Amino acid sequence: MSDKHGGGTRTIKVDYLARVEGEGAMYLKIRDNVLEDVKLKIFEPPRFFEGLLRGRDFREAPDITSRICGICPVAYQMSAVHAMENACGVRVEGALRELRRLFYCGEWISSHTLHVYMLHAPDFLGYPSAVEMAKDHPEAVKRGLALKKTGNDIMNLMGGREIHPVNARVGGFYRAPARSELSGLREKLLHARDLALETVKWTATLDFPEFEQNYTFVALRHGDEYPMNEGRIVSNMGLDIDMSDYDNHFEEQHVDYSNALHCVMKPGNKSYHVGPMARYALNFDRLLSDIQDVARSAGLGPVCTNPFKSIIVRAVEVLYAVTEALRVIDNYSPPDTSFITVEPKAGTGYAATEAPRGLLYHRYTIDDDGIIKDANIVPPTSQNQKMIEDDLRRFVPTCMDKSDDEIQYVSEQAIRNYDPCISCATHFLKLEIDRR
Amino acid sequence: MTEKPKLAVWKFASCDGCQLSLLDCEDELLAVTDHITIANFPEASRAVLNGPYDVSLVEGSITTPHDRDRIQEVRCQSKYLVTIGACATAGGIQALRNFTDVQEFMDIVYAKPEFISTLDTSTPISAHVNVDFELRGCPINKNQLLEVINAFLNQRKPNVSLNSVCIECKKRGTACIMVAQGTPCMGPVTQAGCGAICPAYDRGCYGCYGPMETPNTSSLAIWMRELGVTKVELQRMFRTYNAEDPDFRREGDRHGGESL
Repeated sequence: MSDKHGGGTRTIKVDYLARVEGEGAMYLKIRDNVLEDVKLKIFEPPRFFEGLLRGRDFREAPDITSRICGICPVAYQMSAVHAMENACGVRVEGALRELRRLFYCGEWISSHTLHVYMLHAPDFLGYPSAVEMAKDHPEAVKRGLALKKTGNDIMNLMGGREIHPVNARVGGFYRAPARSELSGLREKLLHARDLALETVKWTATLDFPEFEQNYTFVALRHGDEYPMNEGRIVSNMGLDIDMSDYDNHFEEQHVDYSNALHCVMKPGNKSYHVGPMARYALNFDRLLSDIQDVARSAGLGPVCTNPFKSIIVRAVEVLYAVTEALRVIDNYSPPDTSFITVEPKAGTGYAATEAPRGLLYHRYTIDDDGIIKDANIVPPTSQNQKMIEDDLRRFVPTCMDKSDDEIQYVSEQAIRNYDPCISCATHFLKLEIDRR
Repeated sequence: MTEKPKLAVWKFASCDGCQLSLLDCEDELLAVTDHITIANFPEASRAVLNGPYDVSLVEGSITTPHDRDRIQEVRCQSKYLVTIGACATAGGIQALRNFTDVQEFMDIVYAKPEFISTLDTSTPISAHVNVDFELRGCPINKNQLLEVINAFLNQRKPNVSLNSVCIECKKRGTACIMVAQGTPCMGPVTQAGCGAICPAYDRGCYGCYGPMETPNTSSLAIWMRELGVTKVELQRMFRTYNAEDPDFRREGDRHGGESL
């Protein structure tokens, strides 16, 4: 919505930011072409997961927390199972560990492809939605849908269904697939690899605003693989900590205009960037050389600092996830048992895994009977919220010569660079520009 | 040319998963949009067409004063209102607040609870407005969703089974895990629709589709107790994603104990 007032004073107000997951609003205050204030407001109703988890059995955490987000349920399940295993002093290795990676690849493919084709690409090509975009770009949208479906096929097989899968458990899986079931995915994944390669090339042809930023990137880093479930929490500014040290370095703050908590890095309460660009920058050397070559030919260096180009980075990660899924399938030999028995032990467990949108931290304290006494969950969008505001604070001033409608359009695009999941962060987006 | 029917999708307190089911119809989505206009679906499009709408799909439960008012507006603009999923149909997992003091939850999650506007309860859409059809599940089944949209656009009753999950296990050829393995299972009292996934993955059904028509929950509870399920565990089983549904609520209230 745009109202023009006389005398050079304008107020631009948008009530609902679309193509994000959840309900939020954006407020921009502009006086005499100077951006004075930026607020990402989240009015997604609070659902109090950390409260309702208290008194539940530790084995229920993966299923209950998956209900925080229908777009990335696997991420919640993975962070929950790893945190509970950490609390109980258990490590899940071998084929079960590989199957968890395969399961996560499914979600990365599906969630990233949803964002690339259905939520983000319409911004670059000037359409309100992928359905409208499909009228002029049918091949692209069909490619996206086919690729997304392959991700869902993995989640269906590994988890029984793509949204809130039922198969993950503390200690492993309820049922491990037979070799023949996994090899059934092989043909689809080989085709998906071609589609993913085309996706990288296609995203590289989009027009990007010049907007290089000096980010503090935070992601997991693992000894020899591109990170998903394990590793240390590192940054490009020298941070290198164990997951159990997270609370000492990061803090959630409650601001009056949002139902989501803002997470900042201590000391100094600084914003930081999690998600595909952070993972990529901190783990480029963990990608296979042919995927590095594909990224280079798409115009990416080993670090990408233009958030609008996150769409290319997501496409590269889809290619990685398809390739990794094929690796797991080709090397698979079924585990002896689908899970290892985990006996509850009083204590606190920590885990952070790489959700499609970035680092997802879970901490649980349980008692000797396995009853949850305390839970803390920090989703990626809480961590990126302040970063999104900072991006707008720097980006909007570069657009002051544009009309209100254009500022609104590109601001929405800048928010979508982060694939914000507001259901997660409160566990919606309305754009309001107050310009005089 | 007659105008295509208009579909709207609305979100209340929820995880977005049920509306995502529509975007997960990869093979059908473009065909569906040949026959209907997606007039209001913020998760998928920034273009919004004004109402009234032929069919409104409502996801999520009512948990804030603002949403309690907003659902009235949605009803006024909708010829048919269909709730999708356990949150909209039964209050969802967030209805666990109905069994406790919400202030306590708020203090656990938020440093400054005074910034938060919330109701003491999470309630289904039917507690506030007339609902034309309730599609169950946490999440809903996308094939059932397509059937429901199709049915309402063609002015017929949706073909959605009211049987229990047990019937789906039989159809799927899954041996009863409760009988054969002694695994506690909510299947006998839970409405079908998921395809009996859990037992096919070697675990008991956990009731995410909510109660079937006239469920015999007290009989199931006796069987569960014989399998060694404690009263506290039994209460937790009925108090998950459909805890506020009257049948599950009644059974859950009969169990538990001071430790909850």
